[in-house]
Amino acid sequence: MNKPNSATVPATSGRDIKTIVNASLPRRHAAERRFRWYGLIAISLGLAFVVLMFANIIGKGYSAFWQTYVQVPISFDAAVLDPQGNRDAKAIEGADYGALVRAGLRAVFPNVQGRGELRTLYALVSSDAPQELRRTVMANPALIGATQEVWLLASATVDTFVKGNIDRTLDETERPIKDNQVAWIDKLAAAGKVEQRFNTLLFGSGDSREPEQAGIRGALMGSFYTLLVTFLLSFPIGVATAVYLEEFAPKNRWTDLIEVNINNLAAVPSIVFGLLGLAVFINFFGLPRSAPLVGGLVLSLMTLPVIIIAGRAALTSVPPSIREAALGMGASKLQMVGHHVLPLALPGMLTGSIIGMARALGESAPLLMIGMVAFIVDVPRGFMDPATVLPVQIYLWADLPERAFVERTSAAIMVLLGFMILMNGLAIVLRKRFERRW
Amino acid sequence: MLSYLLLTLVLLSIGGYYLGRNRAFAVANGHIRNLHSLPSFYGSYTALWCGLPALIVFAVWATLQPGVIIDLVVAGLPPELRELPPDRLNLVINDLKNLVSGNIVSSTPNPAILEAANRYRNLQTIGNASLWVVIMALAIAGIAYGWRTISPTLRARNRVEQVVNLFLIVSSTIAIFTTVGIVLSVLFESILFFGKIPVTEFLFGLQWSPQTAIRADQVGSSGAFGAVPLFTGTLLISGIAMLVAVPVGLMSALFLSEYATPKFRATAKPALEVLAGIPTVVYGFFAALTVAPVIRDLGTALGLQVASESALAAGLVMGIMIIPFVSSLSDDVINAVPQSMRDGSYALGATKSETIRRVLLPAALPGIVGSILLAVSRAIGETMIVVMAAGLSANLTANPLAAVTTVTVQIVTLLTGDQEFDSPKTLAAFALGLVLFTVTLILNIIALHVVRKYREQYE
Repeated sequence: MNKPNSATVPATSGRDIKTIVNASLPRRHAAERRFRWYGLIAISLGLAFVVLMFANIIGKGYSAFWQTYVQVPISFDAAVLDPQGNRDAKAIEGADYGALVRAGLRAVFPNVQGRGELRTLYALVSSDAPQELRRTVMANPALIGATQEVWLLASATVDTFVKGNIDRTLDETERPIKDNQVAWIDKLAAAGKVEQRFNTLLFGSGDSREPEQAGIRGALMGSFYTLLVTFLLSFPIGVATAVYLEEFAPKNRWTDLIEVNINNLAAVPSIVFGLLGLAVFINFFGLPRSAPLVGGLVLSLMTLPVIIIAGRAALTSVPPSIREAALGMGASKLQMVGHHVLPLALPGMLTGSIIGMARALGESAPLLMIGMVAFIVDVPRGFMDPATVLPVQIYLWADLPERAFVERTSAAIMVLLGFMILMNGLAIVLRKRFERRW
Repeated sequence: MLSYLLLTLVLLSIGGYYLGRNRAFAVANGHIRNLHSLPSFYGSYTALWCGLPALIVFAVWATLQPGVIIDLVVAGLPPELRELPPDRLNLVINDLKNLVSGNIVSSTPNPAILEAANRYRNLQTIGNASLWVVIMALAIAGIAYGWRTISPTLRARNRVEQVVNLFLIVSSTIAIFTTVGIVLSVLFESILFFGKIPVTEFLFGLQWSPQTAIRADQVGSSGAFGAVPLFTGTLLISGIAMLVAVPVGLMSALFLSEYATPKFRATAKPALEVLAGIPTVVYGFFAALTVAPVIRDLGTALGLQVASESALAAGLVMGIMIIPFVSSLSDDVINAVPQSMRDGSYALGATKSETIRRVLLPAALPGIVGSILLAVSRAIGETMIVVMAAGLSANLTANPLAAVTTVTVQIVTLLTGDQEFDSPKTLAAFALGLVLFTVTLILNIIALHVVRKYREQYE
């Protein structure tokens, strides 16, 4: 092995070789141990990154699943809500609910004076609080005239403060929450009027500029529609291609070309598919921007190679004896494939497709190209509505500086990762359950 | 509206299937052996006659209808609107469409446009109604035709199989169409771009500032499209990524395949591959919000000038992303080296690490090079990490602590936001896409070729 050594050792002297080898052994064994350590360090580094990333994201995001509410006595003043006194639904809907919220806050802290101070007081609750009151009153008009303790959504700053993410020892100018706001919150908290609840808004509402009102429902629905299109297109076409190439195609230049093409498409950067979608689907065919339909088309082109490659592997694993038996019983080639080979290969194909769909779920770069980055508040209700998807929502929120958005971004990432784990787990279960060794 | 039509069509086809099957039983006088094919094939035959022609007409109609309606409406506009230059006319048409779909229109609509919108709505109703009539007529006629032609000698199975075969062949060509589509769309826009900016300036220019002005007399209207800073930026970040990914990935693969116990391997390998399944946007978030500040603080502590969007942060995180890529590909390659070569080395007294370094690695080198090339092409094409963690300013520098930009970042920034489709700014994105596509394609072809050659060697 060791060239310089073997060159200097005379071939006749066996004892010398033994001493030389023995002398070199400690060094060689040290090298061996070192090499082993390098390997161990490398793999631990890799695993440490996995742990670090998960810990980092969960640590930043778990608090987003709770949301702070403050309890304020609201008097549903008939003079404000229904000045005519005829319970006209339109008038009630158009009433100034902000005034109710402000009056409620003033009632809790009657000593607050001056416009500036009042404004900081009003900033304790979210700008969504009046809408919330409107919904309550519209649902139950009997409230008008009554006074009730109502839990109102706190603003994002208050929420961040209550969760302990703002250092109260800092100087007032260095933190987003004012000294008097801190005092008010402390007072409310001491009276048991500050509460953290499960954050239903995160899952129930669309995007918003106000962190406390922003949710991922729009993005989730967008992802759902996009993936539905992707699956409906790529699964049948992928399976058909795999079947054709494995079972029917003659071996010639043309099928070789198709094969090389598929392998290359699997390695084309995803952003290039976005360029294709922009140039072909949007500019040439004139399909609407930001639509889940276009996103689904682009993603299905990306997912196709994955499904085809998995499908072909599943088909080749079906033994030829099955095919020969079917043909021997007089089945046509298509019957042989349709009745025997395909059902046996289907679990493997499904596994591959689910993994492909999981990858499509996490894809965002091509969707940026086709305009799914727009700020969209409404939850999409169809394949043509403007929409965004979960990874793109994460990208959009990651740009926003507020601490409350960082928290929500991490929460959205946790939801996304949860879905990916679910899909990959499903694929593993399918494989375990239906895998057959022939 | 149209989805109901499709649903009706599907229901009709199902009905056609049962009609055809029953008809087959009837013409066979109850003895299936009189038939050429199984009864279900007669059913499918009828269903295909019902659904297929109708579906084709539906697809053609649905793609053509909007264009035809627009043409008709434009022809009906008063001449002073109709003879506007094309771009102004497009604005008018856009307003019209917005009016029709009930969106908010930018200005108060003029009566001619209001009237046109009404015409548009009418035409649309007429078009959709006639589509319904035509499709239903076609579907029912198809069922009737299929039903009439069913006879014991009709080769229904062969007909149906022909159609299925055709579907299989058409599906398999979609991969080709995708490639052609990519090449054409990127090439076409790139040629337009190179008509405005010379190729040599694009490939060898050292100045990149794509901010073109809208009016010619505006300050800073001369956009510079020298892409060299983007290429060097891409290479810098990919280089850092490979510096992380190759040693860690390769050593992990070696450890897992040569040293680890089967139990350790069974848990560590999938755990490492979790890294490959994490969406890149998550890496981007991690890079921008966790790694970049840490690096900046470290640099400041050491007295270094670190940009807050340093190439180092993006490269490091990209390297983490690529680790499982390198490790699983190298793992395959290392496992393909025949056991006899290892045994021969051990028999000569070599230690494990000596065997790895002097026998295994040289034997597996081509395969490892191939997998590294694939990883490089992956790094070059990676988008989200660099969009979120790398900068936007095109600096021509090799300093990993400075902010650089990459090809993919520029494509994204040029194409998101307000855009005119034929300005050099947006076309430049396609030219960059062309470069990206070509480079990754070449890398992939070489890598696949090397890996295949290598596999054949030991098979």
